[in-house]
Amino acid sequence: MRTVEADVLVIGAGGAGLRAAVAAAEADPALRVALVSKVYPMRSHTVAAEGGAAGVISDDDSFDDHFRDTVSGGDWLSDQDAVELFVREAPGELTRLENLGCPWSRTPDGRVAVRPFGGMKIERTWYAADKSGFHILHTLFQHSLKYPGIQRYDEYFGLDLLVEDGQCGGVAALEIRTGEPVLFLAPAVIFATGGAGRIYPFTTNGGIKTGDGMAMAYRAGIPLKDMEFIQYHPTGLPGTGILITEGARGEGGILVNRDGYRYLQDYNLGPPDPWPRKKAMELGPRDRLSQAFWQEQRKGRCIETPSGEVVHLDIRQLGEEKIDERLPFVRELARTFVGVDPVHEPIPVRPVVHYVMGGIDTDIDTRTPVEGVYAAGECACVSLNGANRLGSNSLTELLVFGARAGRAAAERARDASRPDSADWRARAAASFERAETLRARTSGSETIAGLRTELHALMESCVGIYRDADMLQRACDGIGRLRERYGDLAIQDRSRVFNTELMYALELGAMIEVAEAMAHAARQRRESRGAHQRLDFVDRDDDRFLAHSLAHHGGDGPPRISTKPVTITRWEPAERVYGGTAQ
Amino acid sequence: MSERMVRIEVLRYRPETDDEPTWQGYDVPCRDDWVVLDALNHIKDHLDGTLSYRWSCHMAVCGSCGVMINGEPKLGCKTFLRDYPDGVRIAPLENLAIERDLVVDMAGFGDRLAAVQPYLMPRGAAPAGTYRQTPAQLDRFQQYAMCINCLLCYAACPQVGLNPGYLGPAALALAHRYDLDSRDAGRDRRAEVTASENGVWECTFVGECSAVCPESVDPAGAIQQMKLACSLDYVLHPLRKGASS
Repeated sequence: MRTVEADVLVIGAGGAGLRAAVAAAEADPALRVALVSKVYPMRSHTVAAEGGAAGVISDDDSFDDHFRDTVSGGDWLSDQDAVELFVREAPGELTRLENLGCPWSRTPDGRVAVRPFGGMKIERTWYAADKSGFHILHTLFQHSLKYPGIQRYDEYFGLDLLVEDGQCGGVAALEIRTGEPVLFLAPAVIFATGGAGRIYPFTTNGGIKTGDGMAMAYRAGIPLKDMEFIQYHPTGLPGTGILITEGARGEGGILVNRDGYRYLQDYNLGPPDPWPRKKAMELGPRDRLSQAFWQEQRKGRCIETPSGEVVHLDIRQLGEEKIDERLPFVRELARTFVGVDPVHEPIPVRPVVHYVMGGIDTDIDTRTPVEGVYAAGECACVSLNGANRLGSNSLTELLVFGARAGRAAAERARDASRPDSADWRARAAASFERAETLRARTSGSETIAGLRTELHALMESCVGIYRDADMLQRACDGIGRLRERYGDLAIQDRSRVFNTELMYALELGAMIEVAEAMAHAARQRRESRGAHQRLDFVDRDDDRFLAHSLAHHGGDGPPRISTKPVTITRWEPAERVYGGTAQ
Repeated sequence: MSERMVRIEVLRYRPETDDEPTWQGYDVPCRDDWVVLDALNHIKDHLDGTLSYRWSCHMAVCGSCGVMINGEPKLGCKTFLRDYPDGVRIAPLENLAIERDLVVDMAGFGDRLAAVQPYLMPRGAAPAGTYRQTPAQLDRFQQYAMCINCLLCYAACPQVGLNPGYLGPAALALAHRYDLDSRDAGRDRRAEVTASENGVWECTFVGECSAVCPESVDPAGAIQQMKLACSLDYVLHPLRKGASS
């Protein structure tokens, strides 16, 4: 076992991880910041975000408006102190990124341009055409090369967070290139490992988004918060699930059903004119739009394709010039993957799993209940997004809270004593043993693809856009059985060098754990709120459920669910209103 | 959706057991809308779990899945099997050491990126707020900012194969991207590397890098522009010095 000692350990090198590493290195250049990721930083899924990042910049905009849009967008499950802090720190973070070279799109006079986004009252989404996440990630990655204090460990696979007596010692990991076990020791560990969309079969998420970091924290005793809230993005390409940005609607695209009818007007999002109008019709929030699709499907008003039913996203009215300027990637993706040129034809789209609102439980300083462990970005739940995230808040979130995590971890690293390798080697050895057993197991009746396919089927059919008690019971029971059967999994590849089958097996284990938390939290929440819609409890129920859910790892058994109050500072729960009467 | 059997040959190499790379064939039932990556994933899930390759986004933006497909560097996620009626032969990217199967050594590329100092070096202190940058100024460098680091250009470039120290197309294009940014004043510092013996002068303008680039970055064009700028510097440098003394 190789040992690497660091002052701050960052797991995950996407937007949040890079921002955190830079913040820690800036706070104290003498710190040894170890940036560990299972992929090279530029492969991280931040790269695939398209539409942009929200931050108040216009004269007619205000922090209060961004606050209200976010809180009502989250159906009042957001912690309002987190939202308040977020909207105030957002413009500074986005400006800083500009100062580092991020190629934000511009107005003719050279200012940063902003575009409308769903659920946002005013244009406040900064964008780099429709590759905003790509540019943010590459700008941060390239900038991070300036800091000698940041030591990268690319292609190291995290196995376990090491915790004893409420103290954190570091992380056990495998170097993928060699299979060598590595013990990363640090008094401060930041999780920035992204989401878990791959738990579902149809997702915008890249293959790497398997919830490993969530599962590591969860297994080590840190609860996962609000895991029942899964965002379906309303516009993914059929077949592949490739994301077509909300920016397409921000620029003026419309959604129509098989009759060419703008069906969103039937779901409290109209009237359709005058258009475009903020917080109405196609610029409603993602949960409402995905739910409207589901209803249209039930009414038989969608369009059949070999890859499932779709509606049409029509951006033809923008014209070729504007499409090529603002949405060139959308045009390229549609042409390549569905053979449609959106300049001339509407794009077929359907809702697709996109984002996990829940995650590792943190406070507004990104601290988890275990001292020395922090989390930021999609893997975390700082309770900014509540029951439904607004588009373009997550890219800003990973900057604001990534930076806070880096600073908080640096501060702890200054004061905390260093974990002693002798104390943690046995703990790490147990973790390596678990992976080694999986690698060396010669017989077993289960396969990765077999278990994954069953997990996918359960999640899609039982923990989708609408759920009910029967479905969720089936999901809880079924995933529990998958957890048990996972113990009988065998793989073919016995090698150590770049054994991706072993990685997939470990990722599958993480996905089963995280999925079980999702299903149990969803079963417990007998109300409908944001992205969690119950067919058997159709209304929001603030008396009983204005609370965060916390899933606690159950060892060899199912998770235990508890709750935690929502922080309401200044805006009491009210009705969410979109469409003509929206404010 | 129609399905047909496609012969997929993959160059395998497992350093723990193999002396040299060998071809292995798989018959894969492929759907009409599948890309090469879908076929690899099918093999991995259903035919042979020991095959290793990199991939993630499946939408041509993360840059992970570059491979040689019938001898040409391509992204596996953007190359449709229907365009290869006679099957495909998939090999790791050329000019890079094989770690295992289709996985190549990326470490050297990371060093080259870092070497060109690909970050903004502003003239003075950052402004209060954002810099002004007009769409025309953005346009000057934007194309060179689109590189996804997929390394197809390194596999295509004959000079990368001949000179292991050569910085190569993607790293040089990225340096050019910052050189052209109206917010940047770091060109002279970058030129110490980009105009060195491993820099732009190594390029013989074969142009294969631009031909294979999936993002139309045109590194060859960037490198020729950099050569021109270096030459002008050489000619004008004494004059500039004279003017300031």
